[in-house]
Amino acid sequence: MNRITKSMYGIRYFDETAQNDTMIHKLNPLVKLLVSFVYILTAVSFGKYEIVSMIPLAIYPAIVFNLGDIKILPVLKSSLLVMPLILFVGISNPMLDRETVVIFENVVVSRGILSYISLIIKCTLSVICGMLLIATTSVDDLAKALGSMHVPKIFIMTFLLTYRYIYVLIEEFSNISTSYFLRAPGQKGIHYKLWGPLLGQLLMRTYDRAQSIYSAMSLRGYRGKYYTVKNILHINDYLYLILWIVFLFMVRFNNVPVMLGNIMTGAF
Amino acid sequence: MHMADALISAATGGAMWAASAGVASYSVRRVQTEIDENEKKIPLMGVMGAFVFASQMINFTIPGTGSSGHIGGGLLLAVLLGPHAGFLTLISILAIQALFFADGGLLALGCNIFNMGFFTCFVAYPLIYKKIIHKGMSKKNILIGSVIASISGLQLGSFAVVLETFFSGRTELPFGTFLMMMQPIHLAIGVIEGLLTSAVITFLWNTRPELLESSNIGKNKNNSNKKVIALLLCTAFVVGGFASWYASSNPDGLEWSIEKTIGSNEVEGSSSIHELFGNIQEKISFLPDYNFQSDQESQTQTKLGTSVSGIVGSILTLLVAVLIGKVSKKYRQLSKGVKE
Repeated sequence: MNRITKSMYGIRYFDETAQNDTMIHKLNPLVKLLVSFVYILTAVSFGKYEIVSMIPLAIYPAIVFNLGDIKILPVLKSSLLVMPLILFVGISNPMLDRETVVIFENVVVSRGILSYISLIIKCTLSVICGMLLIATTSVDDLAKALGSMHVPKIFIMTFLLTYRYIYVLIEEFSNISTSYFLRAPGQKGIHYKLWGPLLGQLLMRTYDRAQSIYSAMSLRGYRGKYYTVKNILHINDYLYLILWIVFLFMVRFNNVPVMLGNIMTGAF
Repeated sequence: MHMADALISAATGGAMWAASAGVASYSVRRVQTEIDENEKKIPLMGVMGAFVFASQMINFTIPGTGSSGHIGGGLLLAVLLGPHAGFLTLISILAIQALFFADGGLLALGCNIFNMGFFTCFVAYPLIYKKIIHKGMSKKNILIGSVIASISGLQLGSFAVVLETFFSGRTELPFGTFLMMMQPIHLAIGVIEGLLTSAVITFLWNTRPELLESSNIGKNKNNSNKKVIALLLCTAFVVGGFASWYASSNPDGLEWSIEKTIGSNEVEGSSSIHELFGNIQEKISFLPDYNFQSDQESQTQTKLGTSVSGIVGSILTLLVAVLIGKVSKKYRQLSKGVKE
């Protein structure tokens, strides 16, 4: 049941953090969504062997973590979950791309190692960016942002309802599997003869729950339509968006660290 | 099977977003007409999404082996809600997984929706499962239909993962090797998924048959449906495949295979945008990839000045990042203090 409890805590943690009241949390969700998307696009679009020019991208998490008052460890922990995949898929780079490169005087490494490191950095940055978005924006706000992007309402509603009922159903599932494993100790999973009945029972309960939700919604005036509030952008939001996009463009199309280094060492 | 952001190029990610958005907007139109007739469908879709999400956390023992597996849910959703509503529900699940669990990313979401949703809901379900069930609802047909549909959906999906990785050129994994790794693993996963799905459907068919979408099939206008799907499929492959091939700035998987066949390690021609920025970068870049040369001669030519600048600059940038972090923390603390 470890897995069930863990994922519950995972969702709850971000849910609670998203309720904070900081400068970043107060920004319009649409702006945060756009900045995150452009950030990930920028990180991913860097060349395969580029490492140094990507360093300035670390400024974005550095600012959002602090201004958003978000604890670094839980976010890093969650972002580590995806690492095994990247480490596994990317391991072919150092193995197959063995051409060597001089990086400094007599220091020589293979191209594959560079591209492997670059891949890991890209992965870390993009995952952290996604996590920061959800840590600073509640799901309802995200839905609002989707609404102002003209995403169909049917989808937004399905998304919101799915999210809302995950808690309820996970709890129900947790109860069922706890009672199963108490009666069948030492088993790794549910016996194949019970696959159908166990999931089927849960499914039937889910249907009944959908029926009561529908009744509750009808009583509150639901007639198959969903209404959204108009999403207004303030001057802060425009500033936030423009500044980050200018920054990201600057980092993408200039090698900022080398420029800085040139200035400092007088190599220009 | 979730793709991660770092494994795909911007072009592939964008192309797959476009393809998935196309299929999603078509599905929304179809579901809208269903909702006009039956407004209960929206809460049902939401709760079913949560059902699949939660049931993925329960492990089922695989007979004869020591291991256990869990349900994927795409086919089950298509069977219970119909392909269009099933597809939309699956998008919600994938979006929540991407947002909260870093399972796939925002950019890779387009790929994941297509790989896991499109192939199960719009290929495996209508062309395999439905065809088999049409012959008559029986325990045997449900089993055969679910297993074959699950396997083919997952095989197509994992093949798409290999293609997307290949066109993105972020890893050196040769196409053939990756394909040989992915397909057999997903064959096994497909069998388990099929068995689980058939167990649930059979149970429902015995206890509450009215809940199964396929029991009221036959009234759909299948012809127009098929045409649209075929068109979408072709467009998606053209966009996702060829467009990203040409647009991708670093088709290194391709380079790799060409290198093996013609024995030269540089392939002429990359996108013009890349060239433009390449030119700018050539002047200032610390590690420009086309300057990498393996022979001794070029090693001696390495400009010491640039390397020193690179190192100094990198350290400086990192310091700046840390400093900005510190300053923003201070700012946050100060503004908090003012409020209190």
